[in-house]
Amino acid sequence: MLYRLIVVILLMGISFKVQAQKSLPKDMVLVKGGTFVPLYGGDSTAVKVNSFALDVYPVTNAQYLKFVKENPKWRKSEVKKLFADQNYLRKWNSDLSFGSEADKIQNSPVVSVSWFSAKAYCECQGKRLATVEEWEYAALASETKANAANDEKFYQRSIEWYSQPNPTYLPPVQQSFKNYYGLHGMIGLVWEWTQNFNSSMVVGESRADVTIDRQLFCGSGSDGAKDVKNYVAFMRYAFRSSLKANYTVSNLGFRCAQSI
Amino acid sequence: MKRSTISRALQYAALAIYSAGILSSCSSQTTQAEIAEKNADVAPKELPVIEAELTDAPNVPAPITRKHAAKVVVKLEVTEVVKKMADGVDYTFWTFGGSVPGKFIRIRQNDEVEFHLMNHPDSKNPHNIDLHAVTGPGGGAASTFTAPGQETVFNFKALNPGLYVYHCATAPVGMHIANGMYGLILVEPEEGLPKVDKEFYVMQGDFYTKGDFGTPGLQPFDMQKALDENPSYVVFNGSVGALTGDNALTAKVGDNVRMFVGNGGPNLISSFHVIGEIFDKVYAEGGTTVNEHIQTTLVPAGGAAITEFKADVPGTYVLVDHSIFRAFNKGALGMLKVEGNEDKNIYSGQLVQKIYQPEGSTVQEMPQSKAPAAAFASNKEMRLELGKTLYAQNCQACHQAEGQGIKGAFPPLAKSDYLNADVNRAIGVVAHGLEGQIKVNGELYNSTMPKLKLTDEEIANVMTYVMNNWSNKGGEVTPDQVKKAKTTYKH
Repeated sequence: MLYRLIVVILLMGISFKVQAQKSLPKDMVLVKGGTFVPLYGGDSTAVKVNSFALDVYPVTNAQYLKFVKENPKWRKSEVKKLFADQNYLRKWNSDLSFGSEADKIQNSPVVSVSWFSAKAYCECQGKRLATVEEWEYAALASETKANAANDEKFYQRSIEWYSQPNPTYLPPVQQSFKNYYGLHGMIGLVWEWTQNFNSSMVVGESRADVTIDRQLFCGSGSDGAKDVKNYVAFMRYAFRSSLKANYTVSNLGFRCAQSI
Repeated sequence: MKRSTISRALQYAALAIYSAGILSSCSSQTTQAEIAEKNADVAPKELPVIEAELTDAPNVPAPITRKHAAKVVVKLEVTEVVKKMADGVDYTFWTFGGSVPGKFIRIRQNDEVEFHLMNHPDSKNPHNIDLHAVTGPGGGAASTFTAPGQETVFNFKALNPGLYVYHCATAPVGMHIANGMYGLILVEPEEGLPKVDKEFYVMQGDFYTKGDFGTPGLQPFDMQKALDENPSYVVFNGSVGALTGDNALTAKVGDNVRMFVGNGGPNLISSFHVIGEIFDKVYAEGGTTVNEHIQTTLVPAGGAAITEFKADVPGTYVLVDHSIFRAFNKGALGMLKVEGNEDKNIYSGQLVQKIYQPEGSTVQEMPQSKAPAAAFASNKEMRLELGKTLYAQNCQACHQAEGQGIKGAFPPLAKSDYLNADVNRAIGVVAHGLEGQIKVNGELYNSTMPKLKLTDEEIANVMTYVMNNWSNKGGEVTPDQVKKAKTTYKH
């Protein structure tokens, strides 16, 4: 009897695993769900994140080129200004070419893309952008730990990256740091668009929303923060809050997620 | 007109949607243009439009001579740049205008300022600006929150005169300020400031690097040191040496000197002092109260002061934060060189110098439980480096910074015939001291050089430094040579 039970459990386990792997598209990994306390929570309770799949790498210039080839309305010359400002794909020299630096940047993350264009890209792949909570949850991981929030070395390395100006050429995505989940470049490569990028202004319960600009400047920025020492997260939230959906920034890229 | 009305209506609609929490990305460009246009309508037509002259420290824009208010356009660009913190030490500074402190802005009371903040496309972070001269929420911070590659504009009217700090106020605020995001804006009173001969811009800031003071390389920001308020560097104008040596401020005897002194912090309060001067006037905290005859004035973090004095006698005047370890160990040191004729009535210079021997003639040594380990040079480069410090500590007071000595009292070491004729003899002088008459470069000297308590290694280093500077004949002095020379030249 016991033996049978074990076999059943084992079989179930295997079938779940097979199913999970089967449903994961190429170049995505599973981020196992859990809870964490984000920097700006509605109240002190932890946020639950369901298991989801996330791209191993940020989208590259080469991948994005394929996308604009198939979707002419997202080419530099075609895109509506409502959906992307005039710096859209700033370093590309034309609609379908990166120019003389092609070799250096084709495997680098695509940057200077708007939220609308990133969203459209992901939808064309049958995916979506990650939510802020999903993204922050996955970014808590160091090489060895799913949650490295209290790892001083990891923290210092992160803050050093955030303090440096952009390099002339962003490195290929494969070269960036790989975390616990197998995700490359969550920290140390580019900022990334998220689905609800400026929700720290308006999401949450009404008590917290009374002064919607409290995260934006000066001392009031730390009012709603859970961990005022976590400057790395501060900088990500500050960055996201400065954006509008048609903005394009030369160190802001994206990757796609998928619900499971 | 009709078109403008429609787009204004659209703009309000967009705002309504935005505040309702539905993400709106629409028309950010036209919105800004419309706002500028709208403000142009509101501003009185007669105000002339002037583009503000902005300067990098230590320079200050020219005093304002106009007798009326103006609409002043200020364009300030934010960049993130790697620059020198000290010799061999680099740091990634976040700047208003390319250097620390940020550009000096000079306007007149009741001017209307159209403020443009541009964030360079290569910046990694969003930035904004909080000007303490602004009356309104956030001092402009809320209106200037600017992503990389964007520009924001807001207007304000300068209601109060005074000297004000501006700084970035983007979260995490402490880090933005600690990386150098501050500067000064002067709002001149309508009647102007009294005329002076020289004006300077000096701003103190504290910096928190992973490595301690002097540790070479590109140093990252150290969060823990910042929290502990324990800076590695406290400097004037953004780096060690920004106001010393060739970068020293200059004035002539008789000049009235005004310093616009700011303190960006982020943490420390400055006890600003100029060694050898008394401030005739201090506009306390940058306001209108004038305090007279002040030795040291406090400059709060995020505050300022205007100091004035007349340079009566020539010489080098040293600017310090009189929390004095910051000056001599962390970099808070600047210089004002005043040239001109001496006035012996005000300052005589040294009149007498002789050995004071209250308890016999032996050099006294304090008992010491354990000697600290001395630095050891393994090549000539290191010898020069260590020798430089030893020279400053042991020799410079008499033989002077450039080895020029003081005529009639201390013989020169620069291009010294006495020194270059016999290096070993000179080693003997350092090791054993010298009393009696000698002739150096044609001048007679009859004074006493005390015996210096230096090790052979230290003598080798300081002698190597002296021999390789100020047109002396070069070469390297080794501890072995010192050992021999000491026995050969025993007085």
